[in-house]
Amino acid sequence: MYRIAKDSINLLFAKIAEENALYLPVDNEKGSSEYKKWEDGTVMSEKLNTVRSPKDFFFPQVENLMEFKTEGKNIQLIDIREDSEDFVVFGVRACDVKSFEVLDNVFLNEPVDTYYKNRREHGVIIALACTRPAETCFCGTFGIDAASPAGDISAWMTDDTLYLEPNTEKGEKIIALLGDLVTECGAEAVEAQQESTRRIMKKLPLADLTTDAFGGDKTEEFFNAPEWATLSESCLGCGTCTFVCPTCQCYDIKDFNTGKGVIRYRCWDSCMYSEFTRMAHGNNRLSQLERFRQRFMHKLVYYPANNDGMFSCVGCGRCLAKCPISMNIVKVMKTLGGKNNG
Amino acid sequence: MQVNEKKPLIVAFCCNWCSYAGADLAGNNRLSYPADVKIIRVPCSCRVNPMFVLRAFQRGADGVILCGCHPGDCHYTSGNYYTRRRMAMLFSMLDYLGIEKERTRVEWVSAAEGAKFAATMNDFAQTVAALGENKRLEDLRCKR
Amino acid sequence: MQKITRDVLVEKAASLLENGTVDRVLGWKKGEFDYDLTPAVFTSADDLKDLVWNDFCGANFSKYLIANTKKSASKVLVFLKPCDTYSFNQLLTEHRFDREKVYAIGIPCEGMADISKIKAVTGDGISSIECGEKINVTTIYSDDTVSFDLSDVMAERCVNCKSKKHVAYDELIGEEGDVIESGRFDEVERIENMTADERYAFWQNELSRCIRCNACRDVCPACTCEKCVFDNPNHSLENKAPATSFEEKMFHIIRAFHVAGRCTDCGECSRVCPQNIPLHLLNRKFIKDMNTHYGEYQAGAEVGSRAPLVNYTTEDVEPGDVFEGRE
Repeated sequence: MYRIAKDSINLLFAKIAEENALYLPVDNEKGSSEYKKWEDGTVMSEKLNTVRSPKDFFFPQVENLMEFKTEGKNIQLIDIREDSEDFVVFGVRACDVKSFEVLDNVFLNEPVDTYYKNRREHGVIIALACTRPAETCFCGTFGIDAASPAGDISAWMTDDTLYLEPNTEKGEKIIALLGDLVTECGAEAVEAQQESTRRIMKKLPLADLTTDAFGGDKTEEFFNAPEWATLSESCLGCGTCTFVCPTCQCYDIKDFNTGKGVIRYRCWDSCMYSEFTRMAHGNNRLSQLERFRQRFMHKLVYYPANNDGMFSCVGCGRCLAKCPISMNIVKVMKTLGGKNNG
Repeated sequence: MQVNEKKPLIVAFCCNWCSYAGADLAGNNRLSYPADVKIIRVPCSCRVNPMFVLRAFQRGADGVILCGCHPGDCHYTSGNYYTRRRMAMLFSMLDYLGIEKERTRVEWVSAAEGAKFAATMNDFAQTVAALGENKRLEDLRCKR
Repeated sequence: MQKITRDVLVEKAASLLENGTVDRVLGWKKGEFDYDLTPAVFTSADDLKDLVWNDFCGANFSKYLIANTKKSASKVLVFLKPCDTYSFNQLLTEHRFDREKVYAIGIPCEGMADISKIKAVTGDGISSIECGEKINVTTIYSDDTVSFDLSDVMAERCVNCKSKKHVAYDELIGEEGDVIESGRFDEVERIENMTADERYAFWQNELSRCIRCNACRDVCPACTCEKCVFDNPNHSLENKAPATSFEEKMFHIIRAFHVAGRCTDCGECSRVCPQNIPLHLLNRKFIKDMNTHYGEYQAGAEVGSRAPLVNYTTEDVEPGDVFEGRE
């Protein structure tokens, strides 16, 4: 484990930024935080987490895939893929780090998504342990320890010191880059912080929520449950939950006619939208109930069925905070799975 | 007047009954106006909804002008009165968003006003040229 | 603090359900944390135990009437705050639901709290919120209770409330209020007085945060198209994501324009925006301009009124002259 005084954190950022694009959560004037590129003078946010998840770094909302140019009767296909810049994301929370694993299962399995892979290979995650979780947090439900985040480097911030523990080769390289800025140290302070955080986690209102009732083999049990009707009753059909979600990974591929050619791009799509997965024969989910059910069945049943039981929710709580009608996965789990669905 | 190297591209929506005929008359009378004014004929100026205007900017227009019958002379009695309100609101909104208000204009041109059509287009083209390229409502994808 | 209690509403709803006047009740349902209420449909007296009425009942039920009146065999009971009644009338003007199938109860509103204003003081980790004379908040991080006056944490739209008067109801609980003078156009004026460059920078910054979740559109009681142009794959302007800054502006200009003259300024768009974009400032700009140039008009103040953009006079201002008196 390594340490650096909190006062010197700007030196650390500057050092990392010498060789990488560095992104970190920064407060905006609306009182929430968002990932911004670090430059001299950038102050890191003290907020628990960003409104928009860090999945943008690997799976951006809009991404151009290729271009076509037409000349006469010829169509020329232009490969616009470029090597991603080397970048470091600092301050990713444990839940969001876990979300990358969820995305990896989708994009890095055959057929490999080269766009995603490219970014993933060039990105280094420095994960920051939580100390003051919010009432909306329930990462523990999915076996995530907010006090011990994964990532290429795990980090802990105390009142006066930042502690760093590299977990991967990429992480080691960053530590090497930091050189004299950091010094080796013991883990006592970190352990004390972890213990305190874990105590807090137990006091959270959603601490007892479990996933016991859910899993890959529950399709028949839940698919026709009458509760979906009440749960989805007032759903607006907007995409807030899916777009703030760190694990939602559905996208659409579209062509944009520039007048001189065509840009083929992909963009996030939401299963809450009426046109989601529309095919030649029409839409396969005609009611909001079906769309709503799709989202939660995917997170709690279908995804685990295809990924060794891993759920595609990490308990970050963004949908709890942002849904316009405050309907969310916790309410779904409690309604379908019993009180604490245990 | 400052003249940019790149000539401004202007989209002119002209109503079929007055302004388009006015443009015709300008042509018949050999009155010149910039070739970069691209005329789109519409049945009535009120056929133009705000998306047409925005879309023109997206596709590379530097200025957008609507021409219709003089108020009171609409072929459909009242179409241009609605145009007048709609475009007043749209232009005010564009200005509110910080987009140069000189890039948009509404002008009433009758079928007999070939000279006014040419003069209007010359004046508008000059104004837009002075502003330079449309940056604030551009879509970079359409510019490469 | 709200002037009437939850029990009054529950009692009323229970009796109307029981005597068969209504078979559906639209109300706010208890959430996980005291502030995250969900708009819900209650169909039995037993369900009503979860009905809540407190300082967090911001959701406007008017739009839900479109779907719910179709599902109801008798009538739908809806509780309407003063601002909700304007949306209610506007939807009636547009023939979006059958008035005969609604039993509307007007309820007084003292303004609604904005949870983000509370959290700005208390921080995260709220363990309970009690709405009484004061709003008492406790967190898991402190044994102390933090007390707020509602007026200190009120949502922007309530601070600038335009009316305490119910313009539509079958029955009114409590006293009728009045239309009030508000400062709701002050912020619009402030932006108008900026230079064009400042205005551009301001909106560029605000709109660049948009994630195109469409919540502003989907919650809007004036946005009731069966198929929005932005969702229509057959339309060349369909877009699911703001691919460029142009598309951000396009969506928001068109969204606001399409409700211009029909927007009652209920403020739901800004309430639901996950990125806190002040969308109401676009709507209010249109309202202010229409008031200035075409005479005072309040959408939804009465059923059947003709909105400024579907009306005209022969003396209207020319589009080139709307900027007069401004830079």
